Amino acid sequence: MNILFFIRCFNGIVLREALRFIHQRERFFSALVRPLVWLGIFAAGFRSVLGVAIIPPYETYITYEVYIAPGLIAMIQLFNGMQSSLSMVYDREMGSMKTMLVSPVPRWFLILSKLLAGVLVSILQVYAFLLIASFWNIVPPISGYVTLLPALLFSGLMLGALGMFLSSAIKQLENFAGVMNFVIFPMFFASSALYPLWKIEETSEWLYYVCLYNPFTYAVEILRFSLYSEFNIEYSLGVIIFSIIFLTLAILGYDPSRGSIQKKGG
Amino acid sequence: MNFLLKINIILIALCFSVFSKVSHANKAFITNEKDNTVSVLDVKKMKVIDTVKVGQRPRGIIISNDGKLVLICASDDDRVEVRDVETMKLKYILPSGPDPELMVLSPDDSVLYIANEDDAMVTVVDMADKMIIDDIPVGVEPEGMGLTNNGKVLVNTSETTNMAHFISTDNLEIFENVLVDQRPRVAMFTPDDSEVWVSAEIGGTVKVINPEDRKVSHTISFEIPGVNEESIQPVGVRHTKDGKFTFVALGPANRVAVIDQKTKEIIKYLLVGQRVWQMHLTPDEKTLISTNGVSNDVSFIDVEKLKVTKSVKVGRFPWGVAITPN
Repeated sequence: MNILFFIRCFNGIVLREALRFIHQRERFFSALVRPLVWLGIFAAGFRSVLGVAIIPPYETYITYEVYIAPGLIAMIQLFNGMQSSLSMVYDREMGSMKTMLVSPVPRWFLILSKLLAGVLVSILQVYAFLLIASFWNIVPPISGYVTLLPALLFSGLMLGALGMFLSSAIKQLENFAGVMNFVIFPMFFASSALYPLWKIEETSEWLYYVCLYNPFTYAVEILRFSLYSEFNIEYSLGVIIFSIIFLTLAILGYDPSRGSIQKKGG
Repeated sequence: MNFLLKINIILIALCFSVFSKVSHANKAFITNEKDNTVSVLDVKKMKVIDTVKVGQRPRGIIISNDGKLVLICASDDDRVEVRDVETMKLKYILPSGPDPELMVLSPDDSVLYIANEDDAMVTVVDMADKMIIDDIPVGVEPEGMGLTNNGKVLVNTSETTNMAHFISTDNLEIFENVLVDQRPRVAMFTPDDSEVWVSAEIGGTVKVINPEDRKVSHTISFEIPGVNEESIQPVGVRHTKDGKFTFVALGPANRVAVIDQKTKEIIKYLLVGQRVWQMHLTPDEKTLISTNGVSNDVSFIDVEKLKVTKSVKVGRFPWGVAITPN
């Protein structure tokens, strides 16, 4: 097998994901509507309730809408990662996964390609969201739109890998919906997406630690820093470590010799 | 060798002269009411470069028109401190009435007008003799002090009487009282002296008065989504010289309103720190600095972009702000 074969395989997976995305326009719009509802309704209600003190990377006071924007970007990626993995469960149920798995390229490469394809889709959704969010006066520095890109890639990989790992452990599509409720919402709410960590610490110390060590917080924070063209080593390392853990678990999960996929006859 | 030494000395001297000029440019002085200090900020770097101990409860602060002196109302000491802009060393003390709050200097720096909150008087001080010339009786709790470019008309506001008093500086007498909304805090003439804007803290409005006939031509009200009406308490007013914008500090609303100086339409609200009261523009009018009393910081506003760029911690309860003219 040469490198061209790998590229061809990667292109095939990305093209399939892109086609699926184009044909499911409602998926694109629903991915946008979700964070916009949070921004337009939830943030409007909390505007005067929450005072947001100056915390890095911000250099002055910000509105609540500005604060939650990185959290909503991460939310897009979280949902996208889960949905992309959901399609794996669907593929398995429909039998189309077998077509992909009989490919001579290594299983880990297939998983990584599938993940990257999902991340690319989520990046498109994020930039569309940022375009609309500018009407809410959420306008980061111009350089922020560029520096956000690598952060999106890493956070997208981390959240996609988590979804992939979960999908490897789920047999039926119905079960996956339940896991989404048990994973997405606790992850999203117990993080720095909606409230700053210092605010949570003021209310409950144990909840603060839950939020602090929540992988989703790391994703939100690297997006927050990169949106303002700043680099935070602590959160970046966190995202990389969590990405490696989730990716390893996902690869193992889809490994026919040892993963749960074999037990379920995928 | 000698030649090289001379070159070195010249270069070092040049560096010193350049840097000394840079370091003097655009300093902002902030009175910290609770700390009895003045924070000195480098406007360009947006950094505190010094903190100087001053008299008790410093509030109003101005810089002389020649840019050499800093004048500070030490309210609880019932005096005005005069310090050197460069060194911040106390040069001398000027007398005032009880609880001096805001003041204004005549265009030639010869006369100082001080509003004394506790005795319903505006004290007039001769800067050369450092003596009180006169006390002008005004309403209860005088505060705002606005002066025309030629120094002929002084407008003082009295917080409890709810009036703007028009005073002739020729005979030091009130020639008209204009009723404004509750608790007027600041009076500020537009750069062309065609209007005087008076903010009313409790009334939540800004009255625009024509100094010719002393009639109110406009009443500006504010409405901020998500902020209750009671929190909108206008205090500081600053006009840009180009006649484009007027900035109004809205107190506990934590916002600075940007108003079109001509149409009186509100363009934008800028989020700053808590309880914003006083403001000052840099000489090039590219930056506006606001003092945020409760959050103990000052906010730097980019006037061109109408955007808050940074908030910097100073002392406790920052009150007044003055920026060097050069």
